[in-house]
Amino acid sequence: MENGLLPPLLAQPRPARLALADGSVWAGFAAGPAAVGEGEVVFNTSMFGYQEMLSDPSYAGQILVLTAAHVGNVGVNLDDEESGRIWARGLIVPDLSLVPSNWRSAGGLLDLLAREGVPVGWGFDTRALVLHLRSSGALPGALVCDPAADVDLAALAAAARGTDGCDLTGEVARRRIEPWESPPWCPPGSAPRATGHGPRILVIDCGTKHSILRQLRGAGADVVVVPPTAPVAELLALAPAGVVVSNGPGDPAAVGVVPETMRELLGKLPLLGICLGHQLLGLALGGRTYKLRFGHHGANHPVRDEATGAVWITSQNHNYAVDAASLPGRARVSMTNLTDGSVEGLVAEDQRAEGIQFHPEASPGPHDAAGVFARFVQRCRGGA
Amino acid sequence: MPRRADAANVCVLGAGPIRIGQACEFDYSGTQGVQALREEGLRVVLVNSNPATIMTDPERADATYVEPVTAAVVAEILAKERCDSLLPTLGGQTALNVAVELADSGVLERLGVRLLGAGVEAIRTAEDRERFREAMRRAGLPVLPSVTVSSLARADEAAEVVGFPAILRPSFTLGGTGAAMVYNREEYGRAIRSALAASPVGEVLVERSVEGWKEFELEVMRDWADTVVVVCSIENLDAMGVHTGDSITVAPALTLTDKEYQLLRDGAATCLRTVGVETGGANVQFAVNPETGEWAVIEMNPRVSRSSALASKATGFPIARIAAKLALGYRLDEITNAITGSTPASFEPALDYVVVKIPRFAFEKFPGVDDTLGTSMKAVGEVMAIGATFEEALQKAVRSLEAGGVGLLAPPAVAALDDEALAARLRIPNRDRLWVAAEALRRGWTIERVSALSRWDPWFVRRIAGLVAAEAAIAARGLGDAGTLAAAKRLGFGDRCLGSLTAADAGQVRERRARVGITRRYRKVDTCAGEFAAATPYLYGGFGTLDETPRRQRPAVVILGSGPIRIGQGIEFDACCVQAIAGLRAAGREAVMVNCNPETVSTDWDAADRLYFEPLSLEEVLDVVAHEEAEGVLVQFGGQTPLKLARGLAAAGVPILGTSPDAIDLAEDRRRFAAVLDRLGLRQPPNAAVTSLADARAAAGTLGYPVLIRPSYVLGGRGMEVIYREGELAAYWEREVVAAPEHPVLIDRFLERAIEIDVDALADGRDVAICGVLEHIEEAGIHSGDSSCVVPSVSLPLETTAEVRRIARLLARELGVVGLLNLQLAVRDGAVYVLEANPRASRTVPFISKATGVPWAALAAQVACGARLAELGVADGVPLGVAVKMPVFPFDRFPGVDPVLGPEMRSTGEVMGMAESFGESYAKAALGAGLALPLSGAVFLSVADADKPRVTALAARLGELGFRLIATQGTAAVIERDGIATRRVNKVSEGRPNVVDLMVNGEIQLVVNTATGSRAHKDGAAIRRGALEHRIPYVATVAGAFAAAEAIAALRGGIPEPRSLQAWRAAARRGAGSRR
Ligand SMILES: Nc1ncnc2c1ncn2[C@@H]1O[C@H](COP(=O)(O)OP(=O)(O)O)[C@@H](O)[C@H]1O
Ligand SMILES: Nc1ncnc2c1ncn2[C@@H]1O[C@H](COP(=O)(O)OP(=O)(O)O)[C@@H](O)[C@H]1O
Ligand SMILES: [Mg+2]
Ligand SMILES: [Mg+2]
Repeated sequence: MENGLLPPLLAQPRPARLALADGSVWAGFAAGPAAVGEGEVVFNTSMFGYQEMLSDPSYAGQILVLTAAHVGNVGVNLDDEESGRIWARGLIVPDLSLVPSNWRSAGGLLDLLAREGVPVGWGFDTRALVLHLRSSGALPGALVCDPAADVDLAALAAAARGTDGCDLTGEVARRRIEPWESPPWCPPGSAPRATGHGPRILVIDCGTKHSILRQLRGAGADVVVVPPTAPVAELLALAPAGVVVSNGPGDPAAVGVVPETMRELLGKLPLLGICLGHQLLGLALGGRTYKLRFGHHGANHPVRDEATGAVWITSQNHNYAVDAASLPGRARVSMTNLTDGSVEGLVAEDQRAEGIQFHPEASPGPHDAAGVFARFVQRCRGGA
Repeated sequence: MPRRADAANVCVLGAGPIRIGQACEFDYSGTQGVQALREEGLRVVLVNSNPATIMTDPERADATYVEPVTAAVVAEILAKERCDSLLPTLGGQTALNVAVELADSGVLERLGVRLLGAGVEAIRTAEDRERFREAMRRAGLPVLPSVTVSSLARADEAAEVVGFPAILRPSFTLGGTGAAMVYNREEYGRAIRSALAASPVGEVLVERSVEGWKEFELEVMRDWADTVVVVCSIENLDAMGVHTGDSITVAPALTLTDKEYQLLRDGAATCLRTVGVETGGANVQFAVNPETGEWAVIEMNPRVSRSSALASKATGFPIARIAAKLALGYRLDEITNAITGSTPASFEPALDYVVVKIPRFAFEKFPGVDDTLGTSMKAVGEVMAIGATFEEALQKAVRSLEAGGVGLLAPPAVAALDDEALAARLRIPNRDRLWVAAEALRRGWTIERVSALSRWDPWFVRRIAGLVAAEAAIAARGLGDAGTLAAAKRLGFGDRCLGSLTAADAGQVRERRARVGITRRYRKVDTCAGEFAAATPYLYGGFGTLDETPRRQRPAVVILGSGPIRIGQGIEFDACCVQAIAGLRAAGREAVMVNCNPETVSTDWDAADRLYFEPLSLEEVLDVVAHEEAEGVLVQFGGQTPLKLARGLAAAGVPILGTSPDAIDLAEDRRRFAAVLDRLGLRQPPNAAVTSLADARAAAGTLGYPVLIRPSYVLGGRGMEVIYREGELAAYWEREVVAAPEHPVLIDRFLERAIEIDVDALADGRDVAICGVLEHIEEAGIHSGDSSCVVPSVSLPLETTAEVRRIARLLARELGVVGLLNLQLAVRDGAVYVLEANPRASRTVPFISKATGVPWAALAAQVACGARLAELGVADGVPLGVAVKMPVFPFDRFPGVDPVLGPEMRSTGEVMGMAESFGESYAKAALGAGLALPLSGAVFLSVADADKPRVTALAARLGELGFRLIATQGTAAVIERDGIATRRVNKVSEGRPNVVDLMVNGEIQLVVNTATGSRAHKDGAAIRRGALEHRIPYVATVAGAFAAAEAIAALRGGIPEPRSLQAWRAAARRGAGSRR
């Protein structure tokens, strides 16, 4: 019998604790670094794509709870990175696979998390946790994977901060202007998509996922990524045909500069806001944002396009939303979430601006909305 | 948008009799679909020849036709009922094929009937493998190199293009019938012939084999607005090459990254659009190369399927129901997700648990058959289990199988294998592989080796290795430390397994658990991984911290289902369970269902008030009962499975409602039962119980040959045989008997040419109502489940039926039956013998219910809850017409098996035919069972000596009907002696040309061949096989042949008029009225 085959449950697992700001404490086991992670505790129900989620900058400042029964099965690889590092402050799963099995795997999930010092809690009753968060709403909390006995959970939990009022874009965004070259992942057997030198599109990086850049590139755009702080003049100097404002972490209401920048660009050239970018567009147009109870985090949310009636199954990851009532007349709600009626898209034709709350670039999630990128690039070409 | 206005009166097609590859999942989908249609105020006309289904309960549809599901019959019904539309996508391949036939023949157009769900073009494109390939290529989806062959001429060039290994797959066949994997030209030459023969359209797809690639299935739904949702992804543990129906499968897929999964998701959507499935559900199968990620589309089924039943149960997403609504023109976002009650159906279920399905096989019923699994489905049923992890789900599924073993511990047959044999059993797919893999790991084989041999993904092998390692750790540590016990339970180990690992018994483990507070809690299947509140109490057990069981209003009664479908315990027991639910509600109770079979109606989340999707093991059932603080348990509806639990439940202090455990034992224990019969002065075939061959010889001698012999420890007629002479006794002993004093072998005097009778009765402890007396057409000696039967009796003298009823009443009272009782009796020379008593709902109850128009199982549930027959106004059942029940057999799935009938049951399903006369009823049944009786031509006769006295009369009758007669020497001699002309023909052993040559040349239209007593008589076998392979209707007994003759006579006047159960009832009421 090989060693190391014994299920971790039977191999004297290290205890781990999750303390939430409401005083509740949750027990599980620890893997990876003996560390403490603090942040807003959010759950995602997607059954695939843990690497994409963990490396998505939108999760900065958050502890990610995954409800999928087994996590780590397929390991990690370069193509599935959504940024250069892991952003989540901690990972909580029902069960963690230590040895991956997949033809693309370049290593194990736990090794990656360990390298980046991210604590992992496994063996938690994540369903119980999800039902709790569902009623209490997203809460700050502390994931304690440190055997050091004398940790004051209550204190830690009290100290843990959520994302309200935080502008985290600075932490996660690029600091320099960079061109983006790499195309979308090309499945075996299919020819790589032509990525010509079409219209130049700037992506204001609030914590963008690689997939957004890849999709734009795949749609033929000449992509340049710019920091969120870049002044309008600098942007216009790059002679863009269109501007995309990316996804990102934190509270939109707290984000500086970008809404201002967007306001100045409104009407001048095609503008597309995705997720946080969409919320910022809402603000730039004079609307308000509010916090959802426990946000939308998953790969199965139905969204209806109000113009065509088409329904898309979308990938979502946001805690804040645009308040439809707050929008001025020049903007209209273009897409609606079918589970709670919240705003999933808005358009301001005369401002040449559109916002999309969910993730057309998916990764993880269904590709139903992938056409968004081609259409936007088309708009930039046609100068529509 | 509102639903389409042009559908008001819709005909729904069922799938007909249960067969391998088309089982009770279609009762589930049909029942759900019909309900969904009626909610919309449509009038529903249902056609299904299978009486053992819930969908055919008269109150489920507006007009219920238990009639053959054939184009001709359906055409008549469509006209008669003036249907405006036809929904064929809920009734499996049978329904689809009928729909295509009706469209081709122009019937639909002539009657102005629209097809709902799937258009003919879409069906053709999906089902015709060549067209499908082309469509996929055009849509840019990868498919495997393939050539369609419709003649031996093209066969060779096909081989050139495709190369070897190759797989041959006939168009329009069920469950892969006739499919084969060939590795060289020689095999190819042989296989292509049978493949061409197997396809009704004589067309075969020759395709590159990708044996060993991973197989995935996606269950997809689409609405007319082109919204596509994937309800469930299913990963097959067994690689390509093993039919998905025979594979251990897991949901959701566990070894795909998001990018790979989305690739398949996009592929599935494109596939539906390309094929043109405008609305409804479909199942798309993919192959993926585990080394390179290359992938290909294998097939798609444009209808609900076995997999969609599994997907519905695995996710809580009611595919059939929603498919029906979509067919009416609704969009997914217009339908609410009935589980959450709040969110729309246009979403994709998210699972926070793992589902494992394991198929159940019946090879033991077909001695000598090769148990290798391949591209042609062989499983007769399946179990599903839900667990927090793969490990827990797997071990729960193993418990659900009732395979006799304990967890993954090696069964004797596996433990006995040497390493070489073990490797072979691992490499060649077979039903033992799970245990073989565990044993290999136990012997220290590496994960790489086990995975390479089995082609199972290393991820799964590693998890199984973990469980094997856990076994050792648990054994070493014992259950003293609560941590180990808790971990073991989370890994899914059963109390029994833990007991045998730690030299304790299950009871002690249970006590220990209770003491340290390791109790099972229950979670909801909610389609959304907890994101939204779920309204529906669809629960599964585990050892988490959370319990989501809702509060209860009324007292609860737990009803135990019948577990996996198997030969001898089929869908009829699920039908009884679901009826019993109605009974419980009528009795003011909340019905709590426990079952583990994903194909059934009983595991539909709204069938009962609560559903616990759990194994039917003592451990899990006790936990549910305790958790629900149930008033009691019903064990008499789920067949032998719950009955076996009765004693254990009672011992644990659980009240058994209805017939008491002791009464059950009284009927089941042969000794005690014999005493009862003596006391009542009732006859039983003379019998003896022996433990040694010598005693057996002696006993058989005194009883007199032939004798019927069986080991006492097996059920469902297992190992049961008729022995005609002493010589055979030793051989049998060798083969079947594991002699052990505690397990005596039972020997009965075998009653030759006795008429067998089934009686079902309902008793309340005082009064007894006879549901019906069924006369078997085949004589005793052919298992009651395998012989056709008719109610009311056609040949029994009145005093005999009176005596039978008297006996039934007597026994019901004496045994203290409260609920249903089934008796099997044999009548010989006017004397009635009791063969056995089953103190439970029997296989025949649903049939009798349809024949008499009385919901016997529902009434039984009320009686079990304390109601009296008198209060319920129950009287003896009165047949509405002449009803015939006819079995169907799976022999076409088991090449080389002798399709001979005997005391061991081998049929998988049954059909019903009801008419005014026996001939018509039998004709209907034959049509429904696919026994294509000829109206003219030649009949081949070859009967056992015992049957010779009656063969002349048969020959005469067939002659009257204008048939030419062909017979083997012995039979011919008898017939000619009585002056009837016959043509003599050689048996196979007598040289050529022989009877099989005539069959091949199409010179024989009907075969009557009665088995000569001694087992597997070569010539008989050759004849039976020949008939089977050349699709020539085959009758196994003289009685059956007479019945067939009556049916043929009836068919001469055209197909007997179809009549709905509702119409039968109305006629009976009128009759009753006018009599008063
Ligand atoms: N090209 C192939 N190579 C290897 N195995 C195959 C191939 N095509 C099909 N199979 C196997 O045969 C099984 C049955 O094939 P399928 O097309 O699904 O027929 P059915 O209509 O009976 O489901 C599949 O489940 C798969 O395991
Ligand atoms: N003494 C007998 N003489 C003739 N046939 C018998 C006798 N006992 C049983 N059989 C035949 O064997 C079949 C199976 O026997 P049964 O006791 O009903 O076993 P099971 O538990 O499988 O139903 C019966 O249906 C009947 O046809
Ligand atoms: Mg298939
Ligand atoms: Mg019997």
